[in-house]
Amino acid sequence: MGELLTIDQLQFLEWGPYSFSVEPASVLCLSGDSGSGKSLLLRAITDLIPSQGKCAIGEKGRETMKGPEWRRHVRLLPAESAWWADQVAAHFPDDYNWEALGDLGFENDVQTWDIGRLSSGEKQRLGLARALARPLAALLLDEPSANLDDRSAERVETFILDFQKQGNCPIIWVSHDVEQIKRVASKWYRMEDKKLSLQSL
Amino acid sequence: MTTIQLSLLDLALASLTLVGLGLLGIRQQMEITRALWVAGVRMALQLMLLGLVLKSLFRAEGWIWVALMSLIMLLAAGREVTARQKRPLKGFWNLGTGLSSMFVSSFALALFGLIVVVEPSPWYQPQYAIPILGMLLGNTMNGVALVMNQLSNGAWDRRHQIEQQLMLGCSGEEAIQDLAKEAVRTAMMPVINSMAVAGIVSLPGMMTGQILAGHSPNEAVKYQIFIWFLIGAGSGFGILLASGLVTRRLFDERDRLRLDRLRPKNG
Repeated sequence: MGELLTIDQLQFLEWGPYSFSVEPASVLCLSGDSGSGKSLLLRAITDLIPSQGKCAIGEKGRETMKGPEWRRHVRLLPAESAWWADQVAAHFPDDYNWEALGDLGFENDVQTWDIGRLSSGEKQRLGLARALARPLAALLLDEPSANLDDRSAERVETFILDFQKQGNCPIIWVSHDVEQIKRVASKWYRMEDKKLSLQSL
Repeated sequence: MTTIQLSLLDLALASLTLVGLGLLGIRQQMEITRALWVAGVRMALQLMLLGLVLKSLFRAEGWIWVALMSLIMLLAAGREVTARQKRPLKGFWNLGTGLSSMFVSSFALALFGLIVVVEPSPWYQPQYAIPILGMLLGNTMNGVALVMNQLSNGAWDRRHQIEQQLMLGCSGEEAIQDLAKEAVRTAMMPVINSMAVAGIVSLPGMMTGQILAGHSPNEAVKYQIFIWFLIGAGSGFGILLASGLVTRRLFDERDRLRLDRLRPKNG
């Protein structure tokens, strides 16, 4: 359970090449100013924008799968979640266990809620739950707890780490919060001038 | 039955209605006047020109002239489709998608109508071929232009929702399905509505023309029904084809949403 995520000579737009790997059950934190290219890097890894170089989860290279299959393996949680249907439930698998959302501070009836009545914080937490609702092999998180109140941020952090314990997936976690990085990271890179530099924890 | 002839003065009198509407548009700052007047002048000039062309075309023998005329009509329709796109596909894809969708559906149905149903001799006799193709192209053009615009513009507006679905592992086709459905429905609506109210609320243009020109309503009605079947099918096939082509162009081989393949918004 849990496989190595390898990024090898990855290049996109004017960025890269980047090479690094994330061990199973570990968290690689990524920080940097806004606009430095952190989100682009995540989008390139999950193959939402064209890129050169190799990505692999365990032995399985990105090039051996179609795009959607790769994105089912390497799941991106974007900084801002988008919702395409009217109700919460339509965004989740049919057999989703709604009890699990208690840990994020939701009641069971959240599934019947209209998307229009969700606050931005609720959207952010439900977006996380949705990203984790389907099987995955690696997780890319773009500021999952930014702009949340302390209590919610703590819940989100715990939810992610608990999830990781079940499947030992590798995680890349974009965060600005140094305290958070020190709590969760086993490796910390900073993106500056399109270069990744290793930071000490 | 003799027809009352319309003089140029009569037409000029009728045009006063558009002049009046345009003036009201200026007063209310609706910014439709220019487009309205240009379209009105174009319509009158083009139709008068067409009258002359058809007159000589009907006298000329040979399929080559019919083919040439059809080609000109197709290209004009293609130009019109490209001009109606807010965020058109870059490069030749915009015109190419419009042309191929209209060509396949309009020409196939016109051929079917001529060879299987009307059976003039020869089958390309311009008196039948040109009006039938014209009716088909005109309606298909509207549908194709609508569906292409709805899809490419809609993909831009809903890029976050579409990409969100991609992130969760959907294919491009799945991610754009809702939008494509809406676009096709919107594009089909004018044709479906027109068929639904034909004869009750509206007298279709072609039939009106025939009756005004002194033909028996019975024959006019039969031709109109025939034409509506072809238009309905022609628009529908053209719309579905265009929708498929635009969808394929919006995503690449890795099912990424490629908005960089659209030109920035016009105007």
